[in-house]
Amino acid sequence: MAQTAAPATAVPAITPISLKAIAPWAVFFGILMLVLLYFVGAEQGATAVISGEGVHEWVHDGRHLLGFPCH
Amino acid sequence: MNSISVRALLVRGMLAGLAAGALALLVAYFLGESRVDAAIALEEAHSHHHDGGEELVSRTVQSTAGLATGVLVFGVAIGGIAALVFCYALGRIGRFGPRATAALIAGAALLTVYVVPFLKYPANPPAVGNPDTIGPRTALFFLMVALSVLLAVAAVILGKRLAPRLGNWNATITASAGYVLVIGLAYAFLPSYNEVGKDFPASLLWEFRLSTLAVQATLWVTFGLLFGHLTDRLLVPRTGTVTTGSSGANRPATAAR
Repeated sequence: MAQTAAPATAVPAITPISLKAIAPWAVFFGILMLVLLYFVGAEQGATAVISGEGVHEWVHDGRHLLGFPCH
Repeated sequence: MNSISVRALLVRGMLAGLAAGALALLVAYFLGESRVDAAIALEEAHSHHHDGGEELVSRTVQSTAGLATGVLVFGVAIGGIAALVFCYALGRIGRFGPRATAALIAGAALLTVYVVPFLKYPANPPAVGNPDTIGPRTALFFLMVALSVLLAVAAVILGKRLAPRLGNWNATITASAGYVLVIGLAYAFLPSYNEVGKDFPASLLWEFRLSTLAVQATLWVTFGLLFGHLTDRLLVPRTGTVTTGSSGANRPATAAR
């Protein structure tokens, strides 16, 4: 059984998803996700899109415990 | 068909990220918050310039709703990005099934996105870090993350190129060694910041940093296993459609997935 285990099984080779199908999702959601990461990790630290301290103070503990430079 | 499965994978990735974030939130709350509080207590004992009592967000809110917002949004975001990486990697990085691909991506992400940058620019608790250097520290941290991810991608490409000549095992070792070498050079040549005050307890710093590592490990391990499970159910035909031969009941087939 040990010898036959690896090669004998008929695992259907997975067809890769075409780049054309991935691209629109990757562009839109990739950017959206990066914006979310920016607001959790860096907004109102070194750079700021929104003025004030509200975002920084709200996610303060998350930022420290997720390893981002906070202040 | 294909575009439907990208959407289905993305949704599952974000849900798995949310669930992983929830578990990481528990770790952050129970392991991390006591250390954050201890560091803030030290900070306030030292500097009295903390504007008296008038806080924008109270400590209670910061340590509960604020922490939850940060960790859960982070979980959803990394889940979405990892799902997109999975869409590309599935069937392209070798003969790995959905579960193994998800586990490999999560493991590689924990290492390249968190551990490698952390070894050079570790997480700091409140009271550690000079506010005047937050600009360069932030830039260098994200530079290190980007460098680590790009080098990991380069290592995977290199490994695939070398595989026909060296075999999978040796190609993987060679590509990994290349990654370690270049990361080592980056460690050596990028500036470091040591802004830990002389009287900040070493044990508190260590415990805080370990707890941030625990948060990330929880997040990525949970994500990898859960997303793998969800994609396996989505992509691998079940017993109903494919009869006896390659069904899930067949032990070797399960192992090879």
